[in-house]
Amino acid sequence: TSPQHDAPRAVNVDLQTDATLQVDISDALSERDKVKFTVHTKSTLPNFKQNEFSVVRQHEEFIWLHDSFVENEEYAGYIIPPAPPRPDFDASREKLQKLGEGEGSMTKEEFTKMKQELEAEYLAIFKKTVAMHEVFLCRVAAHPVLRKDMNFHVFLEYNQDLSVRGKNKREKMEDFFKNVVKSADGVLVAGVKDVDDFFEHEKTFLLEYHNRVKDASSKSDRMIRSHKSKSPHCLIISTCLGKFFLKVSELFEKTRKIEARVAADEDLKLADLLKYYLRESQAAKDLLYRRGRALVDYENANKALDKARAKNKDVLQAETSQQVCCQKFEKISESAKQELIDFKTRRVAAFRKNLVELAELELKHAKVIFYYTWLSISDSIKSVSQPAVIGSPIGWSTIGPVSSGFGRCRPSF
Amino acid sequence: MAASSRRNPPPLPGAENQDPLSEMADEDSDEGEDIFVGNSNPVAEAFQPDTANGEEPADLFSEAETSTAVNSSITTSKSNGVHSDNENDLFAEVSVELSMENPSTTAKSSGAEFTPSLTRSATQPESMEQLEEEKDEDSFDMEVAVTNPEKIGDGMNAYMAYKVSTRTTLPMFRNRTFSVWRRFSDFLGLYEKLSVKHSLNGCIIPPPPEKSVVGMTKVKVGKDDSSSADFVERRRAALERYLQRVVCHPSLLQDPDVREFLERDELPRAVGTHTLSGAGFLKMINRASDAVSKMTIKISDSDAWFDNKLQEVESEELQLRKLHAVVDSLVNHRKELCGNTAVFAKSMAMLGNSEDNTALSRALSQLAEVEDKMETLHQEQAASDFFILAELLADYIRLLGAVRGCFEQRMKTWQRWQEAQSTLQKKREVEAKLLWANKPDKLQQAKEEITEWEGKVTQYERDFDRISVTVRKEFLRFEKEKSKDFKSQIVKYLESLLQSQQRHVKFWEAFLPEAKAIA
Repeated sequence: TSPQHDAPRAVNVDLQTDATLQVDISDALSERDKVKFTVHTKSTLPNFKQNEFSVVRQHEEFIWLHDSFVENEEYAGYIIPPAPPRPDFDASREKLQKLGEGEGSMTKEEFTKMKQELEAEYLAIFKKTVAMHEVFLCRVAAHPVLRKDMNFHVFLEYNQDLSVRGKNKREKMEDFFKNVVKSADGVLVAGVKDVDDFFEHEKTFLLEYHNRVKDASSKSDRMIRSHKSKSPHCLIISTCLGKFFLKVSELFEKTRKIEARVAADEDLKLADLLKYYLRESQAAKDLLYRRGRALVDYENANKALDKARAKNKDVLQAETSQQVCCQKFEKISESAKQELIDFKTRRVAAFRKNLVELAELELKHAKVIFYYTWLSISDSIKSVSQPAVIGSPIGWSTIGPVSSGFGRCRPSF
Repeated sequence: MAASSRRNPPPLPGAENQDPLSEMADEDSDEGEDIFVGNSNPVAEAFQPDTANGEEPADLFSEAETSTAVNSSITTSKSNGVHSDNENDLFAEVSVELSMENPSTTAKSSGAEFTPSLTRSATQPESMEQLEEEKDEDSFDMEVAVTNPEKIGDGMNAYMAYKVSTRTTLPMFRNRTFSVWRRFSDFLGLYEKLSVKHSLNGCIIPPPPEKSVVGMTKVKVGKDDSSSADFVERRRAALERYLQRVVCHPSLLQDPDVREFLERDELPRAVGTHTLSGAGFLKMINRASDAVSKMTIKISDSDAWFDNKLQEVESEELQLRKLHAVVDSLVNHRKELCGNTAVFAKSMAMLGNSEDNTALSRALSQLAEVEDKMETLHQEQAASDFFILAELLADYIRLLGAVRGCFEQRMKTWQRWQEAQSTLQKKREVEAKLLWANKPDKLQQAKEEITEWEGKVTQYERDFDRISVTVRKEFLRFEKEKSKDFKSQIVKYLESLLQSQQRHVKFWEAFLPEAKAIA
């Protein structure tokens, strides 16, 4: 039976895959403190030497690519696909460590079960980070302009190390200050009322939306954590109960596993969705900021030109400067409108897809739990140990097993 | 109600309605491993779908009734229209069925502790088998309920009064149905009286719920919030279970104190129950000395049955304690999840508001509502965990303590016998010495003492045999009751889980089309 979950690339974004350029992450390896992604490309474009090839990339190289887009003036008018978050296994590792330390205080059974679960959690985080990186690449590949970017092609094709090092302390400090300046400026720029109704509306909308998504994202994280933290208690209950009520203990165990799945699904379909759109709405806001900045520059250039003309001094200079600003502004405006419309379409489609899938999964899990509970009750009445009859009368496809294998993960798409 | 009109979920492989209990597993009821094995007919009657559970539809005693002041959160959820009523009846509370020896053969003295069957089997060790498979004959209907908690008085002198209603066909009561008002200390007083009279015989006296200064103070002070309502409900349910266990016990039911408790309009205030009274101190001292003696006595019993059972009881008690602690923390966790879900739902609603695509906006609001409903479900589930599961465990932890006490009584009796034997031995030695020393007057006294102690030894030995038989019988009865009890409570718990899940399914089913409608 095929695993139930879909290709993660389609999790948060609805993309048309184009035969001329297809990118995916075919493999990934988790090492001590880094993850190595195997980026696989299939393309009919003439730019590439071959039609199909793979390279190995690390997280820093993704960041480098993203940053190169952001810094490129040519792309000021586009929503830059948000960079994938850094792979973070710290929390999971910590839990595993704590489990190892607490090994003496629980029975062997409990320990094995919890270890399995923590390993599954680790694996889930791993799969997610792979998916996030993949989504980034796919968004770039799907974008009509960005897919032609030189750096992108190098990223895809160059099979040596890109020698991209992570930012050192000084550079990080520079970034930090840049961001401070930028957000201050952003407030300034946002204060300027736009002539264009569409953009004015988008500005207000995005601001509110972004904040609410941020809130929803953090609240959903907390809720799902609560969901997950119930699991160890249920585990102990089910092992304790096992000594008394075999049937109920079995039910508890089954229910627990399913509820863990529910939490994982909620995490994937809801929490990740919200997180992703938090980042994308930020990218959209950034676009608006850039446009706003360009508008302010344009208006300033106009004023400067008027002044120059009045004084009849450096008029040519002022004119060229004004021209440049005008072109920049108009270029951004033109593409920004379409970008924002596309963003909306993508967002609606992604939410639809994920909410539908979430509802279907919740429904399926609830039905399964219902069935198991019902079986348990009728078993209890009969007081006869019955062989497990799970799965056969209903014909639900079995929930895809979490693949074993701790370090090397083959994402099953 | 037809047995076939059950739930609408997938059909079970194999018919389950025909004769559920004819396929009982053949296990020794002595084991206690899988508690769902019981061989008693009352169980069959309770769960047979064809049993006319509709005898007393509007009666106090059927659990389907929700209009009384008894507002257990579990029963109210049954009135949710989602669930068909047929299913409720199937799991209606097992009415306490008593197995009684023919009342006419019971000893007429008020302190009758031993039913005729006991003397019968005391003489034949091989009838132990008979004891163990004793069928419940002559089951009479006897039901008690504790309802309508009412606060009487005000301030620190206030107390809660509970209505104790009895319905019975037993001739020893004046009426068939009657009710009285009792307060918590009355229940404790009953326990004290029964303890004094019966515990020395090795009876397992059901312990009452614990006193709670904190809980009661809140109620007295009039703190009108859910925690004191919960407390009162907990106590009411615990008192009811306590009383049901008492009347379920064939020997205890015979006790006039029990009868008086159930029937008499005004009960003299029980004085021995206050923690700081003389009786209270005495209890504390006794308990301390018991703890010491427990460590030192070890019966060199040829019958290893008692040793094994005591060990079982002790380990079971430990396990139940552990389980109880975990269930408690589970309840807390569910409450936390509740809170977080509610917060998330609000956040979702806000997001839906700011979304400018109408269909998506509506879907997000719907999602917020679903999550809100989830929160309610979680809360109910936590209540169910608590009221059904945790309370069951707490009850049995206390009961196992009482069982242990029972075994200890037996040990004390043995010790007394042994001590009498050694005293007799000493007296005989004295007599021998006197014979040798030829002191006739002292000899006479020594002989008298010897006769006296010989009598005591015989009596104590008989006592020990008697208590051994009682303890054994009581224990087996206890195991059977425990089995029934756990089973019915677990089924109740599973039922509530099931209902909760069904609503879970309904909520998401309602949401799915909304999600699909996004465009």
